[in-house]
Amino acid sequence: MSSSKNETENPAVDGSELIRFDKVTKRYGSNVVLDQLDFSVNSGKHITLIGPSGSGKTTILRALMTLVKPEEGTIKVSGQYLFHEEKDGKLVDAGESHIREVRKNIGMVFQQFNLFPNMKVLRNITEAPVHVLGLDKDEADERARELLELVGLTEHLDKYPSQLSGGQQQRVAIARALAMRPQILLLDEVTSALDPELVAGVLDLLRDIARSTDITMLCVTHEMGFARDISDDVLMFNEGKVIESGAPEKIFSEPEHERTREFLSAVL
Amino acid sequence: MMTSKFFFEWFLPGIWITIQVLVYSAVLAGVVSFVIGTLRTSRFWIVRFLAGTYFEIFRGMSALIMMFWMAFVVPLMLGWQFVPMFSGVLALGLTYGAYGSEIVRGALAAVPPAQREAGIALSFTRMQRLRRIELPQAWPEMVPPFNNLLIELMKGTALVSVITVADMTFAGNLVRLSKNESMPIYTLLLVLYFVLAFILTRGMRMLERKAKAGVGRAPEGRTILTRKLSPKGELDQARAGTAGAGGAG
Ligand SMILES: Nc1ncnc2c1ncn2[C@@H]1O[C@H](COP(=O)(O)OP(=O)(O)OP(=O)(O)O)[C@@H](O)[C@H]1O
Ligand SMILES: [Mg+2]
Repeated sequence: MSSSKNETENPAVDGSELIRFDKVTKRYGSNVVLDQLDFSVNSGKHITLIGPSGSGKTTILRALMTLVKPEEGTIKVSGQYLFHEEKDGKLVDAGESHIREVRKNIGMVFQQFNLFPNMKVLRNITEAPVHVLGLDKDEADERARELLELVGLTEHLDKYPSQLSGGQQQRVAIARALAMRPQILLLDEVTSALDPELVAGVLDLLRDIARSTDITMLCVTHEMGFARDISDDVLMFNEGKVIESGAPEKIFSEPEHERTREFLSAVL
Repeated sequence: MMTSKFFFEWFLPGIWITIQVLVYSAVLAGVVSFVIGTLRTSRFWIVRFLAGTYFEIFRGMSALIMMFWMAFVVPLMLGWQFVPMFSGVLALGLTYGAYGSEIVRGALAAVPPAQREAGIALSFTRMQRLRRIELPQAWPEMVPPFNNLLIELMKGTALVSVITVADMTFAGNLVRLSKNESMPIYTLLLVLYFVLAFILTRGMRMLERKAKAGVGRAPEGRTILTRKLSPKGELDQARAGTAGAGGAG
């Protein structure tokens, strides 16, 4: 599994800034979900987002994945604006193709797996590399097989998702995201839809990926032990703002903010 | 009763004509269904509006009157006329296609939004998502209502007899006019349409089973008409029944 380090060819793992949120505001009606949010993530880092329900963690990941569009502010990924283009020195709304190009750097694993039920496991993984990245079929197949080996599902490649357990489906979803060789991997509570006995296996896999690849990870989780293990930084959210951030040892042992203390005592 | 000469000269060719009208208008209706149905999910309002307008207009239009119109008004306007069968097929295909577009639109709308999002997360284009993710998943949901529509269309093909297309209904009417024997001839017609419907349903059931297998799902319980009359089938149904009751209790 350590071989996967070489497979992720990230252009810049020099610790430079990879993601930047600049005064990002997202509202649903009068409900301000992200409130002038500023934060940045350096390349190769593993970031965990924690915070109470409704604090906007999912919304951040969905904004990065371009599934929701903030009303205000800018998001930059790899130095490019996600929702904007520069024309004559001015920022204008970007077109579909620009958004798609920037988005190719980003992969996401969902809470509910969201595999394509009309495709068998192997094709779930190869479909986007073939039709989006333009890999040839054999190359994509080969890579998918390697990834299935990484996630421990080689013998299931010819099954439909409906024939797999939740844990297995989530492993396929992880393989599917990795097959696009993203620079950034977004993980939104990827174990919370799983039966308790399947959680550990998926978390171990993610630990493995965190250790053996250069992928920048943004991770929303309620598994504090896991967060402590893999995170370089923990961001504590409350009401659409980062109220505290720092190394996991610091946040978990001596949080500064009252709200963080309350939250941690409730979940730990 | 019908003479054998009549049977071979009018009735058999009539069956063949009915099948031709059915096949052509089903193909046209299918194309219209998918094109209009998909356009009705477009993100551009103008496209949705135009496709929706097509749907409203053709759903509200009588296929029969449209046939009359194409057969009798078009020649007055253009100075030339369609082959009668063409008028019939066009009228049937366009109106039944409007109904079919509603099936396609509804089935597309029933694909979970999470599937769209998974497609976006993998950077598929809108066309790719439609073609590789949304339509294939919507397809199994479309087959049963398409089966109903196909049978309606099959019965609707009888309308072409009034614009002098010599289908089996046309042949039947000829017999009545010449021999004044309504009972046997219309009974025979009823049976023939029923047999056609039966064959179509069997075909569509096969299609449905294939479609569901293609998304890793088991087919649902069979209808009375198409159930295999084997003890095993009965047993399966009985078991499904008790399992359902057990789950509810
Ligand atoms: N599509 C939507 N329409 C309206 N409100 C929404 C929508 N999506 C999210 N919200 C609101 O945005 C707020 C933040 O939601 P979000 O899902 O980002 O929270 P979260 O931090 O991920 O919470 P959780 O820990 O429960 O997953 C919530 O108040 C939610 O009700
Ligand atoms: Mg959430």
